[in-house]
Amino acid sequence: MDKRLERILPRVQKPARYTGGEYNQIIKEKTKVDLRLAFCFPDTYEIGMSNLGMSILYHTMNSLDYVWCERVFAPWGDMYEEMKKANLPLYALESGDSVGEFDAVAFSIGYEMAYTTVLDMLDMSGIPLRSADRPDLLPLVFAGGTACVNPEPMAAFMDLFVIGEGEEMNNELLALLHQAKLEGWSKHDFLTKAARIGGVYVPSLYDVVYHEDGTLASVTPKDGAPERVTKRIVENFDAAPFPTKPIVPSTEVVHDRVNLELFRGCVRGCRFCQAGHVYRPIRAKKPETLIRQGIETLKNTGHEDVTLLSLSTSDYRHLPELCDGLLDYCEGRSIGLSLPSLRADNFSMEIMEKLQKVRKSGLTFAVEGGSQRLRDAINKNVTEEDLLNTCRIAFEGGWNSVKLYYMLGLPTETDEDIIGIAEMANQVLYCWRQYAKNKNRGVKITISTSCFIPKPHSPFQWEGQISIEEYLRRVNLLRASLTARNVTYNWHDAETSLIEAALSRGDRRVADVIEQVWRSGGRLDAWTDYFSFDRWMSAFENCGVDPAFYANRPFSTDELLPWDVIDVGVRKAHLLRERQRCYESTLSPDCRKQCSACGAARLLKEVRCDG
Amino acid sequence: MDKLRLRFTKTGRAVYISHLDLMHTMQRAFSRAGYALKYSEGFNPHPQISIAQPLSVGAASLCEIMDFKLNGENDLSALPEKLSAVMPEGITVLEAYEPKRKPAEIKWLEIEGLFEYDERDAEKMADELAGFFAAEEIVISKKTKRGMGETDIRPAISRIAFAACEGGVKVSAVISAQEPTLNPELLADALRQKKPELAPDFARFTRLETLDKNGEVFR
Repeated sequence: MDKRLERILPRVQKPARYTGGEYNQIIKEKTKVDLRLAFCFPDTYEIGMSNLGMSILYHTMNSLDYVWCERVFAPWGDMYEEMKKANLPLYALESGDSVGEFDAVAFSIGYEMAYTTVLDMLDMSGIPLRSADRPDLLPLVFAGGTACVNPEPMAAFMDLFVIGEGEEMNNELLALLHQAKLEGWSKHDFLTKAARIGGVYVPSLYDVVYHEDGTLASVTPKDGAPERVTKRIVENFDAAPFPTKPIVPSTEVVHDRVNLELFRGCVRGCRFCQAGHVYRPIRAKKPETLIRQGIETLKNTGHEDVTLLSLSTSDYRHLPELCDGLLDYCEGRSIGLSLPSLRADNFSMEIMEKLQKVRKSGLTFAVEGGSQRLRDAINKNVTEEDLLNTCRIAFEGGWNSVKLYYMLGLPTETDEDIIGIAEMANQVLYCWRQYAKNKNRGVKITISTSCFIPKPHSPFQWEGQISIEEYLRRVNLLRASLTARNVTYNWHDAETSLIEAALSRGDRRVADVIEQVWRSGGRLDAWTDYFSFDRWMSAFENCGVDPAFYANRPFSTDELLPWDVIDVGVRKAHLLRERQRCYESTLSPDCRKQCSACGAARLLKEVRCDG
Repeated sequence: MDKLRLRFTKTGRAVYISHLDLMHTMQRAFSRAGYALKYSEGFNPHPQISIAQPLSVGAASLCEIMDFKLNGENDLSALPEKLSAVMPEGITVLEAYEPKRKPAEIKWLEIEGLFEYDERDAEKMADELAGFFAAEEIVISKKTKRGMGETDIRPAISRIAFAACEGGVKVSAVISAQEPTLNPELLADALRQKKPELAPDFARFTRLETLDKNGEVFR
């Protein structure tokens, strides 16, 4: 271990997150690999080690014998200060070697607020921030992850992006990089060849021209780069690589458990939801595969919790069978099974009783809209009756804590819709009074609101976000309407949402703002401890970029969008149709009832969409 | 089989695993190795394990002791190897056995340390350190449960010796394990407070052996 590091560690909080050495980490011999890859997660160890995507790709990339993929996370503030003072560069956990010495530096970017941290990690590694300032092939700096479905804000910093699911694509890219390194290709040669790999987007191979009003005029590919980059997927998800020997952190992380991914994609099509659209088509694993992988992983990790992941777990066709299979193993071993993201409409007594056998936690429902009309408009297929039925079952079953999530500022929202949230809270309270088994313990109803953020590749991608003032007016309206004592109201601040919206729908000109924020000390912006609205606003001002242009301005439907260069499968025509139906407050049936021909299924050659 | 005892080492990168995280790590390692730890009864069952002398973060040990209980009949002779195979880097299980003595009988700890001096002469430091610790009392201020307090750490040091070595001065000592517990870090702290010119630039410690009140090896 580096001597400088050894002296720092006793002084920082939770040093175990900076040392590596965990069980199941992958150690290779440096001399026996040709490519060293630093796999960076632009957030803390606790967040990054909870991320299933990181875990999957760590193992798939390490399955190549000429590659050693190691983990890198962003240090918390105290460690950051100490590293700066000791002049210690960012290092990878497995070997302790400096990231600057690696052949490739890959970022998994799941959310826009991590952008400044990406820059900070590059800088801590001594790597120039901008792709144009890195003339050599190595280190190759690239990124993937959900936020990259609009790669443009980070385009200036990355040599390339991998769009979509990385299980197969990453290894194709690494094979090419391997060849390029051994044969000594130039960076440009490598990038033009890489652009021919499906899912790879090389921003430097596109010329971008703007209209006078600031909107995009044209995006023109060159050197044989594709007109549009189609995201990659794993067709046969049941056979997709899944790490049953994941790293077991030696210190507490956020989600310290075995994660099983039931399916990718979502049958629902909520119109505000990016994930529900960009992860399509729907591909599920067989229950027996999941049970086998779950048990294997539990044995290999010693974890005491297993959780079922997916965008809408209760839409998994074989949920009861899967739960039974897992519970057979878990019961008697003190292993808990949990199900996040249940929907209020098909939450069944049966499943709840199954989980209750092991552990009982609070119930959370994302209701999103306060009235039936609004919920129809956003295609959130939940009725008040569904919700109250579910609450009744829950209260009868002994639950006494319910959390309801809403968004304020959704397209077509009126004050009546907002007052409807308060009315629904009262209904839930009434339901508890009627049906709760044990009223002595009281009830806790929590209402949370956040500000709607228009997201690329969702039907609401053209919508403008409401202003901060308007959001606060709506918050106050809701506050005034909530009168019951047992109801708590939390609202997410609108300042972060404004910045997130501007970054989400940003184009290449936003890069200057991100760099400016980082230069004035911004990092770990996803944390309220570090986020500074003023820093962002003055960076926008200094760079002559108006955040409202990206966040609050309704985009025209005939406008060329910054992320149009990315094809996620779902067609624009489908998004437009869904948006039109919003204005008519009309529901669209879910994929299981009727295929909406969204377009994602055309990504499949060998299997059918499971929607 | 009722109460069982494990002796293990905690070195290298594992020295940064905190006491609480170590308990959790142990619990998972047992599960990976296929041993069922006995859980407590009650509303919130937890595995019945206890680590005798919590080691501070950053300190290494070749003689950690953990008591635990298992469900069913188990082959204890295979346990050290099986458990070591599923441990994070730096933890190795030495032996598992049915204990005859209580952890409360541990009175002294044999330790070894390295005082690192970046720019000072190690030989000279070794001599002066010996002089400093030969005093009859060494009263330092120390954080206690009731705030800052004055403590004489000298009675908690049974013997201590210094020798110049590669990288600084090697410290060999026997210090009190409990009643009172002396955190070896206080040896360096005492210097920082009383004689900063002798205070090392960095200090690291390793526990070598657990001893009883007569200075005999405790198992």
